[in-house]
Amino acid sequence: MSLATALILLPLLGAALLAALPRVAPLLNIAISAACLVLALLLLAGPLPYGEGWLRADALSVSLVVLAGIVGLGTAIFSWQDIQGEGFDTARTRFYHAAFQGFMATHFLALLSDNLGIMWVAIEAGTLACVLMVGLHRTPAAIEAAWKFFILCGFGIALALFGIIVLALAAAPHLPHGDLRLSAAALREIAPAAEPGLLNLAFVFLLVGFGTKAGLVPLHSWLPDAHAEGPTPIAAVLSGLLLNSAMLGILRGEAIVAANPGSWAPGGFLIGMGVASLLLAGVTLWRRRDAKRLFGWSSIEHMGIAAIAFGLGGPLGNMAGILHLWGHSLLKSAAFFAIGRAARLKGGQRMDQIGGLARSHPALGWGLVLVMVGLAGLPPASLFASEWMLAVALGREAPWLLLPYVAGLLVAALALLHAMQRLCLGPPTPDAAPGPAGWATLAPIWCNLALAVILAIALPAPLRALLRDAAQVLG
Amino acid sequence: MTGPGDIAYDVAHLLGGAMLLVGFVMLGQRRIGALIAALAAQGVLLALAAFWQGHVQAAPQLYLTGLIALLAKGIAIPLVLHRLAGELPPPLRTEAPGRMGAGLVLGVGLVGLAMLVVVPATTGAGALARVDLSMALSILLLGALMMVTRRSALAHVAGLLTIENGLILAAVGVAGMPLVVELSAGGLVLVVALIAGVFARQMRERFASLDPGVLDRHRGEGR
Repeated sequence: MSLATALILLPLLGAALLAALPRVAPLLNIAISAACLVLALLLLAGPLPYGEGWLRADALSVSLVVLAGIVGLGTAIFSWQDIQGEGFDTARTRFYHAAFQGFMATHFLALLSDNLGIMWVAIEAGTLACVLMVGLHRTPAAIEAAWKFFILCGFGIALALFGIIVLALAAAPHLPHGDLRLSAAALREIAPAAEPGLLNLAFVFLLVGFGTKAGLVPLHSWLPDAHAEGPTPIAAVLSGLLLNSAMLGILRGEAIVAANPGSWAPGGFLIGMGVASLLLAGVTLWRRRDAKRLFGWSSIEHMGIAAIAFGLGGPLGNMAGILHLWGHSLLKSAAFFAIGRAARLKGGQRMDQIGGLARSHPALGWGLVLVMVGLAGLPPASLFASEWMLAVALGREAPWLLLPYVAGLLVAALALLHAMQRLCLGPPTPDAAPGPAGWATLAPIWCNLALAVILAIALPAPLRALLRDAAQVLG
Repeated sequence: MTGPGDIAYDVAHLLGGAMLLVGFVMLGQRRIGALIAALAAQGVLLALAAFWQGHVQAAPQLYLTGLIALLAKGIAIPLVLHRLAGELPPPLRTEAPGRMGAGLVLGVGLVGLAMLVVVPATTGAGALARVDLSMALSILLLGALMMVTRRSALAHVAGLLTIENGLILAAVGVAGMPLVVELSAGGLVLVVALIAGVFARQMRERFASLDPGVLDRHRGEGR
């Protein structure tokens, strides 16, 4: 069995085990996630690109797989403490852990699949797992969030499938072997000879479909609710992982369509949606009263920035986009760990309930300060590096875009810093459930922070090579 | 199967057109019970379309797709939805009047849009694939319209299923499309409907209503 297959099967088996053994589930969950991270790193050590049947790993997918391993392990560690506080009964504990590993399996499959049909199935299955986890609290607000998530993403994912079917139609005259018609690699090779009209049509549907999933404006409205109402670990994987796989779906489509000289340049659409996301999120961030919704909107902002970077393309733009996805996943999951724990300590996730964290819980509070400074695009975390790279690339290729880009960044950064000040600095609000922050929360926060800083200032050579290769995959 | 006058083309066109027509019936239907009956009819038509394409393309796997469509979309899912609707209090079994006419007009506009988008884009493809694709896109857009204009959760589920019907129609119309997508899409529809059913049930228990509008006041930051 190959590494890639093992990486998909392991969490799947893990899900069954976790459902069977609810007593040891939290620890077993950590062990399985750690094993997945090891497998992901081994995959990285092997030769790339690597292909086998429907699975294919190139630098882009492997870099996202490693990222998923890191975020998955951090989330599993955080869950160990957090889920105890949820007060779930045995059945829901079983269900939560099994759905979590089930989601990880579908995520790895979505990233590693070369067959667009299988990738679609994996993203859809991952969405269904998330819908169920978002609705787990059974409160009216949780049910509404899950319902909206389900309906909007169901609609989006259907449009994406239509795009994939049109791609297969475009490939039909050039690929006699049926199965290859959905292979992203094969489609990219024959794209120059394919009918440009069909490719354009396919891309529009792929963009709108997967764009819904990636939370790009105007299809974003499920995202803040789903992040706010589900258990905190789910918000971390939604922002840290699910959005990335949706973005990869768009990028695969873009690479295919861009290979045809007669098609529309697909980058412009991505840039348009990206700028709209950045500007709308920047303005909306100011009006948030719920801390988890605040970070949900911040995800829309950062996916918008990544969309601009990938839309611009070129070595610098693509590199900025991939680095941005990495930095965002690391910092946003850390932000959710911190705010989830703070909400538990303070007895609510409204922003007026949480204050003065840096004084009442210094390790947690200062961690959140640094994470939010990083999310605002300030040094030393890597989002600063990727946003700067993108600004340079925009300055060279499309200077007129710098104005909305910088304006959006500034408005969003100020809103986040303002929120940071309210949440972390100032006089502390009373604790509803006094207690320490706990290592299971602090360890993943500070590890993710450290990684994000390393990514910015001292990128190890192998990782640098991986990210550069990943940018080259996109062309 | 080149164009009009050819039996393969004509039957495929007829079945696709009938599905589109049923889509309009659903759009104009106020009673939930009749809506579900129309949905079942569309499922059966989809199954027939898949069988026909299996015959024309000599692709036996499409018979399987047709069988899945027949059993799941023609029979099982409508039965479940019917049962859910039966548990509703009678006033909620009918949609409020007034919005149907506008919905139908919009639907006609969407069909025109689908034709305008697909036909020029597919000059290289065969006539059958082109017409199939534009009809599938029309059905898909009608389903989307139904999800936007209706308020009842059951109508949302019906809209999503209409979208899936359009997708499968597109997939079976593309000669040589690998089976994997159709099978998994068919399987997923079951899961999707199952979840929707669970949600509908939960909402009914909590609010004695299948109207998601009731949930609006539970939106997080409105408090």
